[in-house]
Amino acid sequence: MIEVQDLHFTYPSGVEALKGISLKIEDGEFVAIMGENGAGKTTLVKHFNGLLKPTKGRVIVNGIETTKVSVATLARKVGFVFQNPDHQLFAETVEEEISFALRNFGFSPSVIEKRVTWALNLLGLMQYRKTSPFMLSGGERKRVALASVLAWDPEILILDEPTIGQDYQQKENLRQFIMQLRTQGKTVLVVTHDVEFVAECNPRVLLMRGGKLIADGAARKVLTDPEILAQSSIVPPQITQLFIELSSLGFPSDIIDLYEARETLLKAFGAAAK
Amino acid sequence: MVKYATMPVIETRNLTYTYPEAAKASIVDVSIRIEKGEFVLITGPSGCGKTTLCRCFNGLIPHFYHGTLEGEITVAGLNVKEHPTYEMAKYVGLVFQNPENQLFALSVEKDVAFGLENLGVPRDEIRSRVDWAMKITGIYELRERAPYELSGGQQQRVAIASVLAMKPDVIVLDEPTSFLDPLGAKKIFEVIHRLNRELGITIVLVEHRLDLTVKYADHIIIMQDGKVILEGDPHKILDSEDMRLIGVGIPKVTRLYQLLKADGVKFHGKVPLSPEEMAEKVRRILKTHD
Ligand SMILES: Nc1ncnc2c1ncn2[C@@H]1O[C@H](COP(=O)(O)OP(=O)(O)OP(=O)(O)O)[C@@H](O)[C@H]1O
Ligand SMILES: Nc1ncnc2c1ncn2[C@@H]1O[C@H](COP(=O)(O)OP(=O)(O)OP(=O)(O)O)[C@@H](O)[C@H]1O
Ligand SMILES: [Mg+2]
Ligand SMILES: [Mg+2]
Repeated sequence: MIEVQDLHFTYPSGVEALKGISLKIEDGEFVAIMGENGAGKTTLVKHFNGLLKPTKGRVIVNGIETTKVSVATLARKVGFVFQNPDHQLFAETVEEEISFALRNFGFSPSVIEKRVTWALNLLGLMQYRKTSPFMLSGGERKRVALASVLAWDPEILILDEPTIGQDYQQKENLRQFIMQLRTQGKTVLVVTHDVEFVAECNPRVLLMRGGKLIADGAARKVLTDPEILAQSSIVPPQITQLFIELSSLGFPSDIIDLYEARETLLKAFGAAAK
Repeated sequence: MVKYATMPVIETRNLTYTYPEAAKASIVDVSIRIEKGEFVLITGPSGCGKTTLCRCFNGLIPHFYHGTLEGEITVAGLNVKEHPTYEMAKYVGLVFQNPENQLFALSVEKDVAFGLENLGVPRDEIRSRVDWAMKITGIYELRERAPYELSGGQQQRVAIASVLAMKPDVIVLDEPTSFLDPLGAKKIFEVIHRLNRELGITIVLVEHRLDLTVKYADHIIIMQDGKVILEGDPHKILDSEDMRLIGVGIPKVTRLYQLLKADGVKFHGKVPLSPEEMAEKVRRILKTHD
């Protein structure tokens, strides 16, 4: 469980990035953190693995206050994928990159071999096993960063903008993988601007603005609430935009799912034809 | 479709490029023609060669990345192979996929002004263009901040502003809004669409998220494994249920339209690319039954 109590954070330059945040994330939850650029999303999640320490307030991860332990200790439990993969990648080959943490955590060579192969397959990187991460495309580099964390199977996963640079197929793979993690009781937090991805996953959404939390609820509620949308920098998903356009005809405007949209329209067309 | 001339501003013939020490070519036999004033969207799976092609447009390939470049490429009337990148920069601006790789100055303002100073633009003109670019990208309040102390999205706005300020003939944007919040992304696309329509600036945009962008495009290019596999008018391309579109993130409303069509719903006219276009089709069906 992650517990945040009245968290404040000010950067050394004087920028006050978090202005009193309190929240609780239970084990096994899937949470998306959204909100305008500079809202403090990255700053917030960097507190969950101890990369940043509160200026004021407390962050408690699985019962341990983050100021009381080293980043290394937390890292075994909390996997963190950076917004920018270049902040994370350093090894000579993709395989090296993925093995590194596994070796540090003391896995045996045969387990390491299995995990690396599994992660390469999951993220469609098999052909790049022996390639330098710096000779890959932007989307491929992001997937190497994801692979290197997923490989060690942390209890809590924090993914800062995981869909950046990914095509539709890769996003779909990632979505299915996250859904699978949930059935294993893992906690997954994604920071994202990708409303269509959030609409497909329908997680709990935390919305931030100016260092504060301004909404907390199911994606279906948050992404379709006109009041919330008006004060955040969110554009609703396309399906919702369509139903907002159609609301004068009596359609509900809180639809985010493609298949629900299809059923709703089929019903309306059927009724009109009679 | 608005056309300002019939002269291609970018033309490649059988362009093939292999990075140094790479096992295979990253773009293969690419022959495309982009007209002056077009708004072109390039998409395709991760790793298909989009960024590599962009690097050819402004001469980073072959002048910065060596390797082997075969075939012909002309941009703004210049043979790219023969003109160094600083010369190409007068005509082509590139917004990098990773904004951090583009920022180096000590303040946002200096970063945005850098290219203009290099071109020898007069002081007053620089001032007004830099202010304009910072305002339309929403970073005016951040102008004295250090770029490396900004959030990811704020940095990306700086990278975009520094290219827009130059107002080059061709603006190439490589996934320029991947770090932007949804409203920020929408505003940026509207700004470049306006620059395209009002000033006739040619736009080449690389994007995975067609739901945000395809409605602006005159021309779409779909790549796979280094090759151009489909090309043409967006309404036509997205109307075909071509197998090759699998994996391309076609807009959700376009997908909805296809599902309903398969269910037997009869629609009129072109395939919808935006919620507005789809809403119009739904209204029309409900009306005809009234
Ligand atoms: N290293 C830093 N030094 C000083 N200020 C910073 C630093 N990193 C971020 N900031 C500032 O802190 C605030 C919050 O930034 P943060 O990176 O958490 O935003 P974010 O919500 O992740 O935004 P984005 O969506 O653009 O990634 C912003 O005003 C930003 O300019
Ligand atoms: N500097 C480099 N050296 C060697 N190979 C490279 C280099 N950069 C990219 N490649 C390879 O060239 C191919 C095309 O890469 P490119 O960056 O053009 O893809 P992309 O379509 O932009 O992908 P993405 O959507 O992930 O950004 C990929 O297979 C990639 O691994
Ligand atoms: Mg961030
Ligand atoms: Mg790319």
